[in-house]
Order: sequence, then structure tokens, then C-alpha cells
Amino acid sequence: MYWNQKYECMPREELRQLQLERLKVTVERAFYNVPHYRRAFQELGLEPGDIKSLEDLQKLPFTTKQDLRDNYPYGMFAVPMSEVVRIHSSSGTTGKPTVVGYTRRDIDTWAELMARALVCGGATRNDIIQNAYGYGLFTGGLGIHYGAERIGASVIPISGGNTKRQVMIMKDYCSTMLTCTPSYALHIAEVMEEMGVKKEELKLKYGVFGAEPWSDNMRREIERKLGISAVDIYGLSEVIGPGVAIECQEKNGLHIFEDHFIPEVIDPDTGRVLPPGQVGELVLTSLTKEALPVIRYRTRDITALLEGDCPCGRTHVRMARITGRTDDMLIIRGVNVFPSQIESVLLEMGGTEPHYLLIVDRQGSLDTLEVQVEVSEGLFSDEVRRLEELEGRIRQELESVLGISVKVTLVEPKTIERSEGKAKRVLDKRKI
Amino acid sequence: MKIKQISVFLENKSGRLAAVTRLLAAHQINIRALSIADTSDFGILRLIVNDPEKAYRALKEGGFTVSLTEVIGVEMPDKPGGLSRVLTCLEEAGINIEYLYAFIGKGDNGAMVIFRVEELDRAIEVLNQAGINVLDGNKIYTM
Repeated sequence: MYWNQKYECMPREELRQLQLERLKVTVERAFYNVPHYRRAFQELGLEPGDIKSLEDLQKLPFTTKQDLRDNYPYGMFAVPMSEVVRIHSSSGTTGKPTVVGYTRRDIDTWAELMARALVCGGATRNDIIQNAYGYGLFTGGLGIHYGAERIGASVIPISGGNTKRQVMIMKDYCSTMLTCTPSYALHIAEVMEEMGVKKEELKLKYGVFGAEPWSDNMRREIERKLGISAVDIYGLSEVIGPGVAIECQEKNGLHIFEDHFIPEVIDPDTGRVLPPGQVGELVLTSLTKEALPVIRYRTRDITALLEGDCPCGRTHVRMARITGRTDDMLIIRGVNVFPSQIESVLLEMGGTEPHYLLIVDRQGSLDTLEVQVEVSEGLFSDEVRRLEELEGRIRQELESVLGISVKVTLVEPKTIERSEGKAKRVLDKRKI
Repeated sequence: MKIKQISVFLENKSGRLAAVTRLLAAHQINIRALSIADTSDFGILRLIVNDPEKAYRALKEGGFTVSLTEVIGVEMPDKPGGLSRVLTCLEEAGINIEYLYAFIGKGDNGAMVIFRVEELDRAIEVLNQAGINVLDGNKIYTM
């Protein structure tokens, strides 16, 4: 099932031609309308006419979140404010927020991409979509909302939070698709269990989850607990919001909508473009954005582009699930550690709810890593020996995956802070 | 002949045991026997109570990780050699003991000990054959 078969299944040669035409327009738009881009191009002695092929993209300078912050709030916009119909913004928890704008056509493009994404996730016009992404400055809520309306589905704009009400509405309003962060989906499943609501009482069939890294194991857990088919959606406000890439029902990588974005994967340290299959930082160039074109935007998300055709028929390249962020990456005793690696191990152990907290500390000059794991009923044994064996197994598995020593501590359920949105999984106590 | 024991996972930090007992008190549950097995990080609280099902539900709803385990309660003369005779009997039958702990009250004829063994049914059989009194669960809950 496709939303827009012509573009989603476009032959590669035709797609590349379209990309080149659109890239040239984007580069011109950026150069002539955004002082930052003009300056950055000129520093490298470049002008729009130098872009003659898709390979020439690699000559262009990267754009970073810092560039957006330096031009706060509207300095990166390529249209006058009279053309801007919507403004979204990041939360700014890690510094000055970044502000993004949309023209009427940008909103239309975004709705088109989200319509494609939701159809990939299984939605049709007959579905009832419970949208538990936050509405507001965050792009998740409204992004999904417009896509859902575009395909003609019935959207319940419930936003995040008030989990008991989420469960009640899901049951009573017969929601068939749930959209939220994966950690919130698990939280809903947990609250459902507490309320004694069984998945058989729901009409839920599909889930589209994103906005934070998650693993295949977590997918299986969500699918089992909610009785649904779940896909991963990817996006970021700086580029457009959700709807940059989505898994199809093959669940083997996320198709990046290449008629609107050009993906590259680079070595985050050297900036060198990596060949397909190699893991590095995702870099995106927008091809159709009017208000805020981005050129070689460094997403800080870690992934790899996957080669090979997808059985679903879409010709757009796939990327692997995001396995972390360059800035989530913890460097512990010189080793790169991603929280997602730990999550993956815990889920492989079987029975473990993915509730864990990484505590990084420094004793003397040595970094220490403690992993707190909540003991669910499935893991619990009333014999000390068995629980110590469990601790030992988790420790060994983590140490073999991470290559550093780890202390594993079993903790009581519900002692690790839950969030309604993105999960807090790292506590770095090191004072460096 | 089996007794239902409540086991609760507790972190090794202050106030956790108090929290369990407060919760049980609020539900009018009386503790008959208890023991704690602990490591540096966590402990397992084992309880024999007057109403195991009710205690299990209350603790689960209270957010604790809890399980029901079957154990046996053995009555023995409260004099030197009383426990030794029971242990010898199990040893000769090749039955391993996971853990044991003493009962708080006293039985009709003397001391009582709670046993968790690998082969519960066979242990009951062996002890009965040796003329050792294995107590009925209901008797213990209502004692």
C-alpha cells in the first residue's frame, strides 16, 4: 500500500534527476536569501552555479545546530515572515532553542510526507488514530495530525500524558492506531496492565513510534503487549519534523523520502562521507523546503544507509534504526557507549522490562558504569542464588558488548523515573 | 500439607522493610513467620501470613515485586537434637534444602521450622514416613 506510488516507487535514475533539479533550486534559495549560507559558501569559494551534479553536494559546507542557534530566532529563514504560516521550536533543554518556520507549501509537503508515513505504518482512511505525541511547539503532535487528516483517517488529538485516560479512550473510542514515543507506548501498556485492561479488549492494530532511539527488542515487547504491528518513524524539526523517514511493514530499515531529502552518512570526527553500510552520523539536505532550507544538516543521529531493494517496492534508500546520538554517546574510560546498546542486551536477557538507568561516575581517575535494572515479576526468584546469577548474566553480557566493566544493580519496580515523553536513562555524575 | 509463602524483592536501603510492614498492617494481615536473605544490594523478604492471597494482592498493588512460593512447616520437639533429626531424615533421602527459618510462635508439641526444599512432595512423604509432623497450611495461617 502506498500513498503516492509515483514518487515512492520512482525509478532511481528519474529520482536522481529530480533530486538534482531540486538541489539546485534549494542551493540558490539558500545562497540568495540566507546570509549564513552565502557567507559559508563564499568562505569555500563556492557559488550556486558550482552545483552541477549530485556528487557536488559534498563540496558544500555542513550546517549544525549551533548555526541555527547563532542565527536565533529567524536568521536562517529564506522567506519573509509574511510567507511563514507556522513556527515550531525545540525545547531548548540543552541550550538556546532552535526555531523552525514553515510556509503554506511547507505545511502541505509535510502533510504529504506524514500521509505516506502513516500509510507505511498501516493506516487507511478507515482508521482511528490516537495521537499521543505532544501538541505544541514540538513537531510530533501536529506533524502526525496533518498526515492523519490528509489520508482521511479519524484523528484523536489526545496529546501526551494522563495515561489512564489514554487507555480509557483507546478502549472506548476504538482507536486502531497509536502514535507516540516508544517509551510512552510501553508506559501505556504498563498502565493498561495495572488497570486490568487486556489487549483483546482494544481494537488497536498499528503503532507508529519515534522521536527517540529504540530497539527491535523493544518493538517486539510493544507489539506483544499491545497486540499491534509497530513501525519506527524518524524526523527532526530542523529538517521538517516527523516524516523524514519511516519503516514499511517489512520492518527492515526506514525509507528516507528521497524526493524531498538527500541523506549522507559521515564520520562524525572527520566529516568524510562514508560508503553505504557504514555507521556514522546522518546528514540531511532538504530539497523542497521554502522557509527553512537546510544544506548538509548534521543530525547528530547515528545510523547507516542500507543497500539493496526493499520487497515493498519503494525505491527510496533505507537507513538503519537510529542507534544513538553523537551527543548521547557516553565516553566511558575512552570507550563509546550508547544507551541503546544496554537496552538491547537487557531485552535479549528475556523478561526484562526495558527500565534501566545508567549511572556514570568517577572514582579517583577511573570512570565507573553502574546499570540499575528494575526487577519485574518475570525475573524475580525468591532465591538469592538465582537473583545473583541473573545479575551476573546481565553483567557478563553487558561487558562483552561494551568492552568495559559494569556493575549491575537490581532495583525495585517503579523506582526508576518514568517520563511521559522521552525516557531519562543516563545519570552522569562525573565532574570533569 | 504445603504452605504458601510470600516473597518480596527489597532494595537494601532504609525504610523498605518498614514500608512492607506498614502496608500489611493497613490490610490487617498478620505475620506468622519471617526471614530476610540479603546481599549488599538487595534482600528477599519471606513471609508466612494469615492470608497469603490477600497479602500477595496488597503487595502487588502496592508496587512491590512479589511471588508466592510453596514451602513446608515442620514441627519438632523443642529439645536438643530436634532439628537434627529432621535434617538427617532429609539428608538420607538426598533432598536438598534451599533455605529454612524458624517459626515465631510455637506448635502444639514444640518448635516449628519452615523449609524450602527442591522436591516438596517427596520431602513431605519422607518426613511423614519418619513420623515427623508436617503441618497443614490452614493450621499455620490460623494459628
